[in-house]
Amino acid sequence: MPDALLSLRINGESLHAAAPAHWTLLEVLRYRLDLIGSKQGCDKGDCGACTVQVDGQPVLACLTLASAVQGRELRTVEGLAWMPAAARGCHPLQDAFDRWDAAQCGFCTPGILMAAEALLSRLRRPVVNAEVREALAGNLCRCTGYTKIIDAIIDASEQMFGSTDGQPT
Amino acid sequence: MTDSADPDTLDHTPDWQLGKSHRKVDAMERMRGITRYTDDIKLPGLLHCKILRSPHAHANIVSVDTSRAEAMEGVFAVLVGAELPIPYGVIPWTPDETALAVTKVCYVGDGVAAVAAIDEDTANAAIRAIEVVYELLPAYYDPQEALAGDHTINPFARRGNLSKDVVLEFGDVESSLDEADLVVEGEYFFEGTTHGAIEPHCAVAQVEPNGVLTVWSATQVSHYLHRELAKVLERPAHTIRVIQPPLGGAFGGKSEPFDLEFCVAKLAEKSGRPVKCLYTREEVFYSHRGRHPMRMRYQTGFRQDGTITGVAARTYLDGGAYSSFGLVTTYYSGQLLCAPYNFPAYRFHSTRAYTNKPACGPKRGHGSVQPRFAIEVQLDKAAIALDIDPIELRRRNDIGPGGETINEFKIGSNGFLECLARVEAASSWSERRAKLDYGRGLGVAGSTYISGTNYPIYPNEMPQAAVQVCLDRSGRARVFSGANDIGQGSNTMLAVIVAQELGLELDDVRVLSADSDLCPVDLGAYSSRITLMVGNACLDAAQKLRRKVRAAVAKRFEIPARRVTLIARKAMDLEDPGRSVSITEAFQWAEADHGLLGEVGNYNTPKDRHGSYRGGTIGASPAYSFTAHVAEVEVDADTGVVEVKHIWVAHDCGKALSRRIVEGQIEGSAYMGFGEALMERHDVDPDHNGVHIGPSLLDYRMPTFLDTPELHAMIVEAPDAQGPYGAKEAGEGPLHPSIPAIANAIYDAVGVRIDCLPFSPPRVLAAIQDRLELEDAGESPVFKAGSRGRSDRRSA
Repeated sequence: MPDALLSLRINGESLHAAAPAHWTLLEVLRYRLDLIGSKQGCDKGDCGACTVQVDGQPVLACLTLASAVQGRELRTVEGLAWMPAAARGCHPLQDAFDRWDAAQCGFCTPGILMAAEALLSRLRRPVVNAEVREALAGNLCRCTGYTKIIDAIIDASEQMFGSTDGQPT
Repeated sequence: MTDSADPDTLDHTPDWQLGKSHRKVDAMERMRGITRYTDDIKLPGLLHCKILRSPHAHANIVSVDTSRAEAMEGVFAVLVGAELPIPYGVIPWTPDETALAVTKVCYVGDGVAAVAAIDEDTANAAIRAIEVVYELLPAYYDPQEALAGDHTINPFARRGNLSKDVVLEFGDVESSLDEADLVVEGEYFFEGTTHGAIEPHCAVAQVEPNGVLTVWSATQVSHYLHRELAKVLERPAHTIRVIQPPLGGAFGGKSEPFDLEFCVAKLAEKSGRPVKCLYTREEVFYSHRGRHPMRMRYQTGFRQDGTITGVAARTYLDGGAYSSFGLVTTYYSGQLLCAPYNFPAYRFHSTRAYTNKPACGPKRGHGSVQPRFAIEVQLDKAAIALDIDPIELRRRNDIGPGGETINEFKIGSNGFLECLARVEAASSWSERRAKLDYGRGLGVAGSTYISGTNYPIYPNEMPQAAVQVCLDRSGRARVFSGANDIGQGSNTMLAVIVAQELGLELDDVRVLSADSDLCPVDLGAYSSRITLMVGNACLDAAQKLRRKVRAAVAKRFEIPARRVTLIARKAMDLEDPGRSVSITEAFQWAEADHGLLGEVGNYNTPKDRHGSYRGGTIGASPAYSFTAHVAEVEVDADTGVVEVKHIWVAHDCGKALSRRIVEGQIEGSAYMGFGEALMERHDVDPDHNGVHIGPSLLDYRMPTFLDTPELHAMIVEAPDAQGPYGAKEAGEGPLHPSIPAIANAIYDAVGVRIDCLPFSPPRVLAAIQDRLELEDAGESPVFKAGSRGRSDRRSA
């Protein structure tokens, strides 16, 4: 099968790749563009480790045909570091995950960060436990029991949008 | 252990790093998507390996024809079992598997041939082009049927389908049961479960022009992999380099060699190019080595006051096609149960059989999670029968610190009573339990676990752990350790110890681990050994360096070395804290006095803490952790759906070296046990030729964010003289009580015993309906009669 020429907008950059036309976005990210932050845990949409954002929405890269997202704004975990909310190469979510030890092996973490960032960008306010559980129900983590991830996301939302009582932190 | 005999080290630098919450040394780069796990390794000319797997559960291989595959464009090498015929096994006494099947296949998923091709699509096409002729054999899916069957499953088995049989008796069990006021008898079944690490197994191999073979693998036991590669590939070990890249979870599922590691190595040799194999998720399920299904019959004798008189256990282990760690599992199924409760008499008889299923092995809480379920439910049944509070009954049987178990294991520190008190208070057990309405309940369970094993897997007199630490004149430390950080944070643990001893911040410490060319040998991440063993070795090295630095500072300050402490990136006079020097300068003074600052540290286990009988070393540990859980459940009596609302976990880890990491281990353990209790089933379907019932992360139900209860981790610290700063394990022990605590809570909610895992809605509903029928017939008392009772019965 001949390769398709793909033009993708990823993390604010225009990137080009030649890849088989049937390749998923995950394959193109990992095997053509060396954006290895998005992980393959199941390759069939069950685990969420490959979650990226397409126009701000969380999307499973392993179920997305790369050619179908040309012209869309894609964001991967590598792009969190230079979003406007980031400081010193680190997004508040990454900083909170680091402080809370919310990543143990870290393999599910990129996908969880992208799903969490989409949640915070959508709500633009401090979030509560039930909202996080709902929004991240499609992302499996096998290490943490989720507790510290929830703590970290709530913490980051308060860092970004003020504490739950409306006071800036 | 620390400092004791050396007067130079009698300063106390408490709480500089110990017990704090740390940012892990390697987490941020993982969160930035920069860390290269094994599948992220790129090498020029990298080929992709796929393994052809058996569609049959049991068959002889008549012929394998690879000619069509070899002729395909883009195929660079093909491998069949006969090329790697030397059997291996992680336990040196039971080498009973080969890299690929040679004469027969023993389960659906057994590897038969492998190819290395230019890309995955070509590799997949090539394995489909391999023609295998099989002669089908009857398959066994039940251990007792396999033991009685005529066909031997494993080609290297010496006793039919018997994999291992262990009978051990301590004290007079028959009289202990005869003399008991109450004998609780129960039969329990633990369905198999698997690890479910999100990173699939992956290995990459490359042969350098000078002949050195490098294997990168997602393994938690680099050293054992190194040994088995040397054996199977018939290569001197020094021509092999094993590197464990950062690992995406393991839980015991990566603690022995797997077929892909041998295949990529041999295919790299044959093709002259680097080769990678990444398991599909389906292959991960078939490779398994997860928790053994166990059928367990227990008799437990009690006096009227709730104290145990004796325990008798008969256990069948369903081993699957290969031994894996099964010899050890069979011992562990009996040996690890003799605490936290005092057993005056104990007998266990455990039998492991081969079956035509994916091989079972170690999963977090190896060997003891299944029998712990049985024992803790037995205790709960006794508490109900004797009308004793279940927590109180456990207190009355506490074995305490400093003694010896009935199977002659020496117990050091023991914080079990405090664990019980903490979960009792946190769950408001006493106030709430008697008031909860029908459908809501609280359950308790306790457990113990090992902090490493006193003897290594292969007998040798070398250290069980060794670490090198170097200091740098820029004010940094480097740690070289063979230990496998599998996400549990062992690299950070080493950094904490070095930072504590040398007065550094964690950012000042670089940890390089699990590269056989660069790091000293370590035995790996299994049996919860790293904090105690590698931690002690690291402490040994760090303290030697500390002495040198303090001596150099003392000389220049003209004070005794005991007055110098290292803290907050400074060397300081304890009696004149205003007098200090930067740690960088202190290191430079020490390097001027002593030359380059590098030390090795070693650890070996005490050899006087195990049983004096055959098998008495298996399961003996330098130190034991203790745990107690209280689970709170809501059971929907109309559907059988069990919802776990809370799990309170108190875990005695001796000393928490890094607080959040310990909490994370406690929470992750409780979560994993919760999943096993309610949702997870790893099994094959005999009616469909032994295929897995659901080898995907959708069908194998791992708890999601929405399923998981609120987990409340509480750290209890009963420091043990054997551990670094008193530390014991935290990664496996806290899983054990989850399952029986939930089982006991279900009983407390709706009055039914589910002695068979998992506690699925149909099973729970059937038990509830059976009980209601008995109640209706007047053959059973009404559960929670009166105002707390079922809403539809309150008026009756």
